[in-house]
Amino acid sequence: MGHKTIIEDNIDILVAGAGLGGTGAAFEARYWGKNKKIVIAEKANIDRSGAVAQGLYAINCYMGTRFGENKPEDHVRYARIDLMGMVREDLAFDMARHVDSAVHQFEEWGLPIMRNEKTGAYLREGRWQIMIHGESYKPIVAEAAKKSADKVYNRVCVTHLLMDESKENRVAGAVGFNVRTGNYHVFKAKTVICGAGGASNIFKPRSVGEGSGRVWYAPWSSGSAYGLMIGAGAKMTQMENRIVLARFKDGYGPVGAYFLHLKTYTQNAYGEEYESKWFPDLQKMVGKEYLDPEVSHSTHRPIPTCLRNHAIISEVNAGRGPIYMVTMEAFQDPHLEEIGWHNFLGMTVGQAVLWAATDVNPKYENPELTTSEPYVMGSHATGCGAWVSGPEDISPPEYFWGYNRMTTVEGLFGCGDAAGGTPHAFSSGSFTEGRLAAKAACKYIDDGKAEGIRVSETQIQRRKEDIYKPLETYRVYSNEVVAGTVNPNFINPRQGLDRLQKLMDEYCGGFGVNYMTNDKLLNIGLKKMAILGEDLDKVAASDIHELLRAWELKHRFLTSEAVFQHTLFRKETRWPGYYYRGDAMKLDDQNWHVLTVSRRDPKTGEYTMEKAPLYHLVGDLEDKDLAKLKAEGHH
Amino acid sequence: MPTFVYMTRCDGCGQCVDICPSDIMHIDKSLRRAYNIEPSMCWECYSCVKACPHHAIDVRGYADFAPLGHSVRVHRDEEKGVIAWRIKFRNGKKDMDLLAPITTKPWGTAIPQLSNAAAPGKDMVNSQLLFNEPKYVRMDTGGLNTLESNGLSLKEGVYY
Repeated sequence: MGHKTIIEDNIDILVAGAGLGGTGAAFEARYWGKNKKIVIAEKANIDRSGAVAQGLYAINCYMGTRFGENKPEDHVRYARIDLMGMVREDLAFDMARHVDSAVHQFEEWGLPIMRNEKTGAYLREGRWQIMIHGESYKPIVAEAAKKSADKVYNRVCVTHLLMDESKENRVAGAVGFNVRTGNYHVFKAKTVICGAGGASNIFKPRSVGEGSGRVWYAPWSSGSAYGLMIGAGAKMTQMENRIVLARFKDGYGPVGAYFLHLKTYTQNAYGEEYESKWFPDLQKMVGKEYLDPEVSHSTHRPIPTCLRNHAIISEVNAGRGPIYMVTMEAFQDPHLEEIGWHNFLGMTVGQAVLWAATDVNPKYENPELTTSEPYVMGSHATGCGAWVSGPEDISPPEYFWGYNRMTTVEGLFGCGDAAGGTPHAFSSGSFTEGRLAAKAACKYIDDGKAEGIRVSETQIQRRKEDIYKPLETYRVYSNEVVAGTVNPNFINPRQGLDRLQKLMDEYCGGFGVNYMTNDKLLNIGLKKMAILGEDLDKVAASDIHELLRAWELKHRFLTSEAVFQHTLFRKETRWPGYYYRGDAMKLDDQNWHVLTVSRRDPKTGEYTMEKAPLYHLVGDLEDKDLAKLKAEGHH
Repeated sequence: MPTFVYMTRCDGCGQCVDICPSDIMHIDKSLRRAYNIEPSMCWECYSCVKACPHHAIDVRGYADFAPLGHSVRVHRDEEKGVIAWRIKFRNGKKDMDLLAPITTKPWGTAIPQLSNAAAPGKDMVNSQLLFNEPKYVRMDTGGLNTLESNGLSLKEGVYY
């Protein structure tokens, strides 16, 4: 079909996907690998790619040890409480102890970080969040990555990882195609750092038509982090732990600054506080260890996000929706009003567009909130992703196999959405994980672990045929019908995505079923997924742009299959408010205080599931809170 | 559709095509101007709007929930290091100008070239430290946090 093959050989470190994680990896790799060949492959343009393309108005992960604010273990405690216990605490501690050094560099590079005029410290939005003017956050960190990389391949969509043929289960690079020229790109590399994105648009979105682009996580986050790594046989963890966001209705504008900085709060349609009345029943579901409103009130121990979602969902189901964000008090202060708008313009312009279009002035009207469709990702307040090794000075044996952030495939590393069990990393933590992975990848190469890699011409040719098959399918069958998109021999990527979203929604606990599923539904869903998988072999692309959508869909499909398998495996309701297992409506610590780990056999497509132990490194309450509770007579 | 391009302002330069994270700004081959080929994959991220040298690209909110008659316009200036916004409501009752900095340094000048940085010694390579650490963790001379330094240990099981 006339697509040129372009081979980039002798790469030491290939960064596949360069959002915040990938840019961190490329930047740091140059320091530890002065003479190493560092190459970035990115399906968009790294100046505006990944989840931070649009900008951010806050950095949500900053310890502030410099200002005497928090210790790394405080953040581990916070993340674990929020995720109902399910966190890789070795990775979380490691990220937290390094993250401030990334943020201090960002400031030096020109990122405007707001300061508290009285104390001189960074202006806090909440305990972990600092406020920034981050419209150019991504272009700034991209500049750093460009300075370190030997080459940046923008507009190359990586579709598969290459595997070594001399040693089983070792990575050898990646392949993909240029979404402009259509050329076939082969990257032969000693290591690959996967910085690709999590998954939006795998569950049916609430909005229809054009509005389905206004997803909470970027529409270009196509689950490629998981699609690439699952396809290579890497083990994944916590893929059931999808996240549902309580956000401003339709625009999905962020609420963090509103709650934390502007001190707005929620109420039901009738102006009542609704949350606390759902807590007694909820406490019966999850246990007092996970929800104790009295203790939370007394110590400011956070109520897990999923449980607060549960209260919203329950209140709406009880007929007292919508839930409102009470902005009318805070917005009387012109300074706070301005912050409220800047917050959107800095990271979710679409919400400002929507309020302008619907004449919602939060000064005179409280805007509606809603709970979103679910998302699968690993850097915001949830921890889906690859099962990776931790650092050698922290991790117990089950969590350690030689190189920090290396997956169970040798030479393949993960950061950002790609690394599992590390929620609450956000932008700065993802960048930090990329840096950690880069240092470890350099060490892996220097230790001689990447010697003797062999990639046959057969593997390269086979992948080329795989990649362009959707174009070939279209060429062969499209003229069999007069015109239009209905064809008995193929489906197009949009049709495939529609089927995937409907299936995920109805069988895997989307918004359309109030986030409810059970073993029976999941098993039906898996059967339908298998058939969708067969049909995706027949997905057709009429041009190179559609070929991009076809491969994004295949990555979303592999992601979704893992979500199904993990959701079926964990027979409990661990995160009410994110999803419910109707056949096991309680949290079950006796059997499920574990991390779930899966592997899909790349040859057979069969899944094996296992449980991995959880290790904790810090208690649920800080010492000062324990003392306070004792003084108040709690036990 | 979310982004759209004014016929009389676009000269087909392709800046929007180059920057769009979703690969949906393409050049129409007969009109030789840019347009949004897939509105349902548009995040209204404004990357193309900011990149357009002629302010030829605008946004009309998603048709399935945003009524007509609003406007959110932007001008981003890398040299001055600022971004200027104007928000106009459908009912005309609110018309806001907002200005924010986008950088504190002349563009691209403050980022180090790591190939020129002093090479890390063996101790550094074998430590848990990253570039610029430990200094940049706290901007002082303190070391990196470890389980030992913080008096922590890992315990397996349900409760700590």
